[in-house]
Amino acid sequence: MKARVTVYPRREILDPQGKAIRDALTRVGFPGVDDVRAGKSFEISLGTEDLQAADRQLREMCEKLLANTVVEDYSLEILGGAGAQP
Amino acid sequence: MKCGVVVFPGSNCDHDVYHVLKHVLEQEVTFLWHQDDSLQGCELIVLPGGFAYGDYLRAGALAALSPVMGAVKRHAEAGGLVLGICNGFQVLLEAGLLPGAMRRNENLRFQCLDVHLRTERADLPFTRRLKPGQVLRLPIAHAEGNYEDSPARLDALEANGQVVFRYCEPDGRITSESNPNGAARNIAGICNVAGNVLGLMPHPERCSEAVLGNTDGLALFASAVEVGSRHLQAAGAGR
Amino acid sequence: MTVLQKTAEPAVNAETARSIGLTEEEFERLKKILGRDPNWTELGITSALWSEHCSYKSSKVYLKEFPTAGPHVLQGPGENAGVVDVGHGWVAVFKMESHNHPSFIEPYQGSMTGVGGILRDVFTMGARPIACMDALRFGEIDAPRMRFLIDGVVRGIGGYGNCMGIPTVGGETGFHRCYDGNILVNAFALGIARHDRIFHARASGAGNPVLYVGSRTGRDGIHGATMASESFDKESEQKRPTVQVGDPFTEKVLLEACLEAMRTGAIVAIQDMGAAGLTSSTFEMAGRGGTGLHLDLDQVPLRQPGLTPYEMMLSESQERMVLVAKKGREEEVEKVFRRWGLEVADIGEITTTGRAVLTWHGEMAADVPIQPLTEEAPVYRRPVAEPTDLAARWRAPEVPQPDDPRQALEELLATPEFASKRWIWQQYDHTVRTNTVQGPGGDAAVLLLKGTPSGLAMTCDVNPVYCYFDPRRGGAQAVAEAVRNLACVGAEPVGLTDCLNFGNPERPEISWQFREAVRGISDACRALAVPVISGNVSFYNETEGQSIYPTPAVAMVGVIPNLSNLPNPWFQREGDRIVLLGEDRSEFGGAAYLRLLYDLEQGRPPEVDLDAELRLARLLRGLVARGLIHTAHDLSEGGFLISLAEACFGRRTLGARVEVPLAGADLFSETQGRALVACAPAALDRVLQAAEEAGVPAREIGETGGGELVVKSGGEVLSAPVDRLHEIWSTALPKALGL
Repeated sequence: MKARVTVYPRREILDPQGKAIRDALTRVGFPGVDDVRAGKSFEISLGTEDLQAADRQLREMCEKLLANTVVEDYSLEILGGAGAQP
Repeated sequence: MKCGVVVFPGSNCDHDVYHVLKHVLEQEVTFLWHQDDSLQGCELIVLPGGFAYGDYLRAGALAALSPVMGAVKRHAEAGGLVLGICNGFQVLLEAGLLPGAMRRNENLRFQCLDVHLRTERADLPFTRRLKPGQVLRLPIAHAEGNYEDSPARLDALEANGQVVFRYCEPDGRITSESNPNGAARNIAGICNVAGNVLGLMPHPERCSEAVLGNTDGLALFASAVEVGSRHLQAAGAGR
Repeated sequence: MTVLQKTAEPAVNAETARSIGLTEEEFERLKKILGRDPNWTELGITSALWSEHCSYKSSKVYLKEFPTAGPHVLQGPGENAGVVDVGHGWVAVFKMESHNHPSFIEPYQGSMTGVGGILRDVFTMGARPIACMDALRFGEIDAPRMRFLIDGVVRGIGGYGNCMGIPTVGGETGFHRCYDGNILVNAFALGIARHDRIFHARASGAGNPVLYVGSRTGRDGIHGATMASESFDKESEQKRPTVQVGDPFTEKVLLEACLEAMRTGAIVAIQDMGAAGLTSSTFEMAGRGGTGLHLDLDQVPLRQPGLTPYEMMLSESQERMVLVAKKGREEEVEKVFRRWGLEVADIGEITTTGRAVLTWHGEMAADVPIQPLTEEAPVYRRPVAEPTDLAARWRAPEVPQPDDPRQALEELLATPEFASKRWIWQQYDHTVRTNTVQGPGGDAAVLLLKGTPSGLAMTCDVNPVYCYFDPRRGGAQAVAEAVRNLACVGAEPVGLTDCLNFGNPERPEISWQFREAVRGISDACRALAVPVISGNVSFYNETEGQSIYPTPAVAMVGVIPNLSNLPNPWFQREGDRIVLLGEDRSEFGGAAYLRLLYDLEQGRPPEVDLDAELRLARLLRGLVARGLIHTAHDLSEGGFLISLAEACFGRRTLGARVEVPLAGADLFSETQGRALVACAPAALDRVLQAAEEAGVPAREIGETGGGELVVKSGGEVLSAPVDRLHEIWSTALPKALGL
């Protein structure tokens, strides 16, 4: 199955990139944007169809590598199995 | 010749370029603020290196939206000289004044070192003091200098003679070992079709004085200034 | 009089005081100063101000021994950074500071914010930063997390300095298992300013507004100063939320805006918010100026709502400054910051009461006297004890002879300790600002002082193994080596800054190490006429009771009167004559040869003859000034053979053929006070004569040329292709890092 992992700066931590993008959006005519958090997204194809196993694996990947949990949070999203329609 | 050095928040080679134009080449130079949309009559516009807006999102992306860039575009369309160095080159790409895009260096690290460049065009306003094939030694200092475009567009770039500098060995050979960042076809600098807009990753302003041990970069500025003065004389004669 | 105590906050008592770093005596002292119990905010403020990091309470008594005056010194310790006159109307402003604990927890952000902090210390004085250096100590590369730490620290230093456009021109990197659980990241910055344009962090003028500029305040790094004053243990993991994030872009803009605002003449005092953020910046400014202040905490710009006064006062959010403006002219200052896209808030005013009064939501959040908390913070003379096994540590080591000196040389060049550090400094922009005449990789970095014929030279040095075995000698050696490094580029030292990294000072042996190291530095500074103009102490560098070696890093700055005759640290021309300066002895206490090849650390480190060092430095400066030499490179760790090999590794490698009366292991002896120079054959007599006049032993040992390094000694001949040695040396570090 396929999954999407999103890694973004932890809420309480300063996100300089997000702030600069927010300011730029305001400048180019999108006022009222309160906050932007700039993160990364990973699409990962897993060799399993077991939801629980996938969840466990993905969390481990995040904790070990994909996210730096000192400054980043992550979220997981299952995109569908191998047989799923795109 | 009146020269303008654009200052974006985060530009950090603005003073260096100013220094070379003002104190080495003794030209009239002024800083141009990113929020102004007038170029104050400057003939040569330099977009300096640095990290405009922190290079957040993509290098050069946020700076390309600055008011001053509208004026720079009009200047370029009218045939005025525009030189983008390092981050300035990235801004020119993001602003659409030059084709292609930058990716992170192949080794994913910021690299600061001297590289060799082969001059592919010696007939441009910026390179007329160089000889075709002349090898220069210039410093680079960037994390995103990995120039990329589609093969078809790269072919067109080459066919139009828009490749101005390539990374090379000290003897001028183009090799993958001499390519410091993975740039397609060893491209270090390109111009627009008309040849009045040049962008390059290396920093000519950092090697324009003998006391720093290298003056290979001075020719670029000196060429542009020379063109400017001739242009002025011509204009004066016609009046 | 009532001060606010929020019910959600912990009760104030000796136990909660201890939990945020105040001892029981300190808690009592605070109560006595206030004449009542503090509230939680006041307790937090005091805990920060009296933390080791901010108050220097365990080190003050010894730091007084440093010589701090000199003909060039305009500002010694006690300000954000020291100031020395470097001629032609210019001053240099510099300081070094540690960011060890944060870098161990999160190396990228930790080293970023370390660089950011030291840069603010420099530009807050009105100087434009023009150079950075970093003294880094890592554990063994195979230690847990070490590759991650090295990579993160290097990226962080580059990430900040590169974006700011300030070249990182030098530094040093060492590896030792004593840093496996506690790496050291010491950042140095130097700025220049015109003589009459220096700013101070001394508040004055009742009614003058207090302005806050820069980033908003979040919960980052609350109690960072206290954390820097504690040892590591398993709980450090849980202290993770205190990590601060650096934003070099905002700092770059802040730098430009501050320098521009200073030119308006409307700024009275300015200080950055570093450790203990708003607390230390405002209290220190008012404390130095003897004023009071009133802060309206409702005006502090917040990144997220709901911060309490305690959190606002202790947050270590980065890229913030506090300044006192002239009343009625605040608009001029605010305009500059707004033009640069920065937020400005009027958060209070200077008063005459000598007290800090903080209001929030219409209530009193804190009301404390300032000077009793800043100028009269606790001072400790901690118990000191010489290690009981010192005699055993000093026992002279058995020195095995190398089977094959060439192999020993190759093995040493392949260690991370001696390998080229190019992989590190190539990730730092070292050419921006177009002043870099000699960048990283040499004895000292050399920068052009634009518009003058002069240059500034800088170096940083310390040998922690020497300092462990004899901290006094080690301290003196660090200073002597720095002077030597500067002399190799013809620079006369004008001042030094230090970063004194030690273990837990509550342990008597650590206090002994500290006292001795400070004395060693002081001895050498007096003998070599180098004043200490700023510095920083980092205690509690230990993990699970395991202390680092004492590491008093010194960074020294010198002036080169004229750059036209600058020698290289490398051989430049074929046929140059090579001269070895100084006296050779067989000294192996704490030597790299024993440590790296035989895993043996033993013995008292080499003697430091300060008179001989002074004679050598004068000679070298004279040789450079007269343009007699093409190459100058000092002998230090690894001794003669290592230095000779390094001198062959220029941009273009060049061999040498020498004959020396040093045999076997003595090729690696670490006797101090030596240097190699190379000169044109025609200049040789003048070089030797100058050495004789200076009272420095000098011996012509051979000449440069060819592709081989050939060393004849005691009937034996070592011969190696320079390109092979260079290959080993230049690739060893990336290889060791697994790249």
